Amino acid sequence: MAYSVNISQTDSDSESDFEDMGGSKPGQGTFRFIRESAASTQRCPESLQMDDFRGCTGANREDLPFTASGHMRDETLDTGQRKSLQRHHWSAATLKVLSSMPSRTAGINAVIPKYARDSSQQPQTSSHDSSHHSKPIQADFVQEQMEETSAEEKQLVSNLRGLSVSEAMRKLRATPLSLADKMRVRRLAFRDVDESSFISRNIPCYRRLGVYISRTWSQCLFICLSVLTSLQLWHSPMKILSGRFGTGVLSYFLFLRTLLLFNLFLFIINGLFLVFPQAVNPPPHDPHSNNFTGLELLTGTGYLSQSVMFYGFYTNTTLTTCRAANSNATNTADLPICDPHQPHMVPYSIPAAYLFTIAIAFFIICIILVYSMSKSFGRSVQVLKSNRNLAGNIFCIWDFKVSKNTSVRLQSEKISTQLKELMSELTSGEDAKSYTLRLCRLMVHVLAWVTCLISIVLSAMAVHYLSEACITQSPFKDTELVLPAVVSAINLLLPGLFNLCTWVENYDSPSVCVYVSIFRNLMLKVSIIGVLCFRWLGRIAVEPVNHGLQCWENCVGQELYRLLLMDFVFTVLYTFLGEFLWRLFFKQVLKRNRKPVFDIARNVLELIYGQTLTWLGVLFAPLLPAVQILKLFVLFYMKKSSVLLNCQASRQPWRASQMTTLFVFLLFFPSYLGAAVSVIYTIWTIKPSTECGPFRNLTTMFHSGKLWVQQLESSNTLLFWLSKAYDFLVENPLFLFLVNGFFLIVIYVHSQVVDGQRTIVNRLQKQIENEGKDKKFLITNLQALYERSSLVSPNR
Amino acid sequence: MGNKQTIFTAQQLDSYQDCTYFTRKEILRLFDRYRDLAPQLVPLDYTCQPDVKLPYELIGSMPELKDNPFRQRIAEVFSDDGEGNMTLDDFLDMFSVMSEMAPRDLKAYYAFKIYDFNNDDFLCKSDLEKTLNKLTRNELTEDEVRMVCEKVIDESDLDNDGRLSLEDFQTMIVRAPDFLSTFHIRI
Repeated sequence: MAYSVNISQTDSDSESDFEDMGGSKPGQGTFRFIRESAASTQRCPESLQMDDFRGCTGANREDLPFTASGHMRDETLDTGQRKSLQRHHWSAATLKVLSSMPSRTAGINAVIPKYARDSSQQPQTSSHDSSHHSKPIQADFVQEQMEETSAEEKQLVSNLRGLSVSEAMRKLRATPLSLADKMRVRRLAFRDVDESSFISRNIPCYRRLGVYISRTWSQCLFICLSVLTSLQLWHSPMKILSGRFGTGVLSYFLFLRTLLLFNLFLFIINGLFLVFPQAVNPPPHDPHSNNFTGLELLTGTGYLSQSVMFYGFYTNTTLTTCRAANSNATNTADLPICDPHQPHMVPYSIPAAYLFTIAIAFFIICIILVYSMSKSFGRSVQVLKSNRNLAGNIFCIWDFKVSKNTSVRLQSEKISTQLKELMSELTSGEDAKSYTLRLCRLMVHVLAWVTCLISIVLSAMAVHYLSEACITQSPFKDTELVLPAVVSAINLLLPGLFNLCTWVENYDSPSVCVYVSIFRNLMLKVSIIGVLCFRWLGRIAVEPVNHGLQCWENCVGQELYRLLLMDFVFTVLYTFLGEFLWRLFFKQVLKRNRKPVFDIARNVLELIYGQTLTWLGVLFAPLLPAVQILKLFVLFYMKKSSVLLNCQASRQPWRASQMTTLFVFLLFFPSYLGAAVSVIYTIWTIKPSTECGPFRNLTTMFHSGKLWVQQLESSNTLLFWLSKAYDFLVENPLFLFLVNGFFLIVIYVHSQVVDGQRTIVNRLQKQIENEGKDKKFLITNLQALYERSSLVSPNR
Repeated sequence: MGNKQTIFTAQQLDSYQDCTYFTRKEILRLFDRYRDLAPQLVPLDYTCQPDVKLPYELIGSMPELKDNPFRQRIAEVFSDDGEGNMTLDDFLDMFSVMSEMAPRDLKAYYAFKIYDFNNDDFLCKSDLEKTLNKLTRNELTEDEVRMVCEKVIDESDLDNDGRLSLEDFQTMIVRAPDFLSTFHIRI
């Protein structure tokens, strides 16, 4: 049934195109691939001809758009029918023409030049490349290309030479060549580059410094990164987990590891600049609370309250090893006089160190969080809007990390269930729900939301009244553990209630279900922490004397310590009861082998809650990050064994990258920002206690910073001018307004640019679709013409 | 630690480090994994660049790949001869592309080659059907498979020729942010 239409011109063009494909090959690795593809494209018309046969025999004669008389049927065929017909009924010659179109052959061929052209800084080489493509290549040229480096590879080499070393390496790594080819390109590109030639290339001298700085910076970064990756904390447990459960559950443990690193950073900074100097010079010890019972580890009072753990330990002194010649202060009377010719320690002011350490640590954490949030957001954002991306789902759905046999099988089942549901949805379409059904569902939703909101408000009120009762009752003696226990119990039980509500509501899409339960859980935690903050900063800190407290910061630090520990205790209980006992219950009592599913969202929110408490408490208890580190460490192993023993993988799809972005965002927005705001509020406005801590007898904690700067001013003129500039600029509200206005304008301009680009992308997408329709139209018309001409002259 | 090893020359290690997403330590660890597959075949001295190829059966028996339905395609795509027999370079290349630091375009390129069962540079209908059957272990009926394939081609075939080219595939991957996290093997 092959149409014997003679398209001689096309034949020669297609042949030359094949040689072109064969001729302009990059290195041998891809050459083999593309040579096979050239051969297979030549094979293609025959194989497609077979499809042609099958298609023809399958279709109905009258479905042909072009009847025997050659008249075109009217265009009222539906798109699907037309599409399927056109794919199966193209002639062999048409298919040959199609497969040798430039956009087809440019697909794989252009990969190497594309990756090379991306970094091209010499416009003349790229034009040379395009002219090279358009020349017809002789057949024997194909043979030559097998031996030597091809022009594309040469161009890649020359492009790489024009870049800096690190940039070139990054480009080379991202090029889809085989490793042997990459190593050859690297050898060619950097064969005669060494230190001297790199510098002596014609780089203008004002750029040399920049080049040198960027090189040392990238080397430093590379060293830091290699140190961090060589830590490889928990590499094999994570591999076991991802092999068994896939990316979703793994993201929880990755988040845990990230939080551990944050706390480690905080602990190191606090330890170096705060704890160590003060621990080496401890203040005079209060002989009252010397007995140490085990309970104090849990409550944080007694012995611990006098230790380096809490705020009260720190003094408002300046640590020196010698005193100035003219000072007659009594506390330094026993120190030797400073000898200017001998090295002595710079006076180390504890209050200033306390203030600046906490401030700088928070600032660095802010930068790290914003950077990781933007990176994560950039990876997961979807630029092109599509409501249902079945194709993308199919190709991205297989989690290559899963390696255990049973998990692989489970994954396949999950995928087939999802696809079957999708197909049934497509074939049956949206059921026109009756009004009563819709009303019913709306009522259920409203009821569930009202229940959740009421429970949140009730629990917040309960915590509030309990805390008021604790305050008014007795000065914090017996009822210390009651409040933390109640808070942790609420945090444990209410999310279970919310999960029950979402199960009753029976949302259509699983991702909406997850978002709703995250939102409710978040509301609960935000309201509880809000109430507690009010208790600490609004009641205890404002009138400490009324509550019989001499050192309110110590009290707040101890409360946070207790909350953190209680949270840990209750998590252990939940892991044991919730997962282990549930599994036993199901197995023994109900005789079913269904294990509970690991609730990723709930556990991540627990981690975020614990981290918020740590950040809130670091001002009052500088060693609190150490407690959190220990807690996270134990939590990792506990959760890992619990998950491996008791849980099974979820049957719902989990969109890992979007969820990770959401969790990092939640870590930044309510958690870190809330803690930072309350810490700033404390430092700025609240009066520190008069008898303990490094800020005693000051109006605010911030005041100590000012005092320190004043002290420095008197000794150093540069700092004097700096502080004058600071007073003039930063304390002046006009300056702040201008800076803010400028940043707002920059943000606005950027958002407009992004909107414009999105519009352009949409337009280009439409243009591509239109071009596709044009192509289809032309092909079908050409096909019709040829059919008509072949039918008219049947003896061809 | 790194100076004591005698398996590779310093230039070789630098070269591997520059061309893959691995550090020295990881490259040496991967070499140990490669050697563990066949200790009698793989020499301990790679300074003279011996031509050693491990057959596909050994590669496919690695615990990371053993139960993966696409293991044969992965080995074929990254091997030099297209049969799945891998040299150390191919082995390193494979795990480098599948590591979490490889960029999306590079992964998309190799994913396209993996799913292209007949090696014709296009994902035609038969490729899609084979992919689906491997994903679902042949649990879908033929009608369902056909329907899914048609929907996939309808959705992502931008130039309407009935098959997906590399550009179509890459455009589709851009819309699926999970690709980077799922197309990843931990080694």
